[in-house]
Amino acid sequence: MYNFAFHRPTGLRQASNMLGKLEEAKILAGGQTLIPTMKLRLASPGNVVDLNAIADELSGIELKGRSIVIGAMTRHADVANSDVVKQHLPALAYLAGLVGDPAVRHRGTIGGSLANNDPNADYPAAALGLGATIHTTKGKYEADNFFKGLFETALGADEIITKVSFPLAKKAGYEKFRNQASRFALVGVFVSKRGSEIRVAVTGAGSNGVFRVASFEEALKKRFAPKSLEGLTIPATGMNSDIHGSAEYRAHLVGVMARRAVTRANEFAAGEGED
Amino acid sequence: MPKVSMTVNGNAVTADADARTLLVQYLREGLRLTGTHVGCDTSQCGACVVHVDGKAVKACTMFAWEAEGKTVLTIEGLAQNGKLHPMQEAFRENHGLQCGFCTPGMIMTAVDMVNRKGHDLDDPTIRHELEGNICRCTGYHNIVKSIAAGAKAMA
Ligand code: FES
Ligand code: FES
Repeated sequence: MYNFAFHRPTGLRQASNMLGKLEEAKILAGGQTLIPTMKLRLASPGNVVDLNAIADELSGIELKGRSIVIGAMTRHADVANSDVVKQHLPALAYLAGLVGDPAVRHRGTIGGSLANNDPNADYPAAALGLGATIHTTKGKYEADNFFKGLFETALGADEIITKVSFPLAKKAGYEKFRNQASRFALVGVFVSKRGSEIRVAVTGAGSNGVFRVASFEEALKKRFAPKSLEGLTIPATGMNSDIHGSAEYRAHLVGVMARRAVTRANEFAAGEGED
Repeated sequence: MPKVSMTVNGNAVTADADARTLLVQYLREGLRLTGTHVGCDTSQCGACVVHVDGKAVKACTMFAWEAEGKTVLTIEGLAQNGKLHPMQEAFRENHGLQCGFCTPGMIMTAVDMVNRKGHDLDDPTIRHELEGNICRCTGYHNIVKSIAAGAKAMA
């Protein structure tokens, strides 16, 4: 790893200023992606701005009206174990518990995952699959306008995610086929139903990052059941293809995971007993 | 080189650390606490697991300076007064190790598991919780047995 200078701002404004002024600056949140990437020299920031000194201010999970609001520095383990999330949005707690492994979940953060927008990460599927709102130091974005392709988001260079607001869904489920070594999603599908709005978001598969599947959403409008998706596939064009799986294999998995995610969503909804 | 200070196994310590010095390097090279191992250096094997402020983390995936002022527990800090920690004792009793390379990480992960999940751990729970720890020797069977026994012994 190339050496760098690190900075530990004690306020959000100070952090934004640093990001604006320092050259080749990168934010360090949980570090579970940034540090491995720096080891591989895929990233070699001259300056690292660590948000951990202001982690308290940026952490927490709260039920606000019909949404769950999660601070950007909240760790995956805290989302996975949160009673509020488990009760009101069990699919999100379930998803957080599938990220990495227990030690990684103690460090990794929701804001870091969304800002990084790794094409195989879990959280982008939840954000897009629930229609979350991503709040930053400069404003807010709907998930539909936030993800811009591989490792690309709408965030400006000196912009920091502060919190993420997930609207409660009547039904929501996630299913992930993971790479056994990295624990990342080879294909992960998040489905949700909120009133008449149906969302199906896919991570891991697309060569341009997380995306929605309109044909699946349409089919689920008639009946929110795995049967509605039977026989439906998506084309292999635009799918990732690498040593872990071909484009055709991933396209096939999208259908399989989507059906399982719907099943899980229905199970969560039945078990939850409210809504 | 700048200094980084923290509390390790109950002792206040200070050692040199570059910005890029990983916590595991700081422990092994700076403090000569070589019980914490480096297996993969890519966040996968869990040989480097230590506790920071009471939570299991991969010491190869954290900078030393991130632990400035924090409380760190390594495998060397488990035994008390020359007596093995119950989880260590359980690994010995149940033949939970062969070459021993993965063992410090396995034991630190096991103790964290008990801290979070209690003393009554069934096989599926233990196996699931070990998803971030890799062993090339044992086939895991005796590790799972050791953790179940160690968890009870810690009660
Ligand atoms: S050395 Fe840290 S996980 Fe393998
Ligand atoms: S005992 Fe040899 S790697 Fe686990």
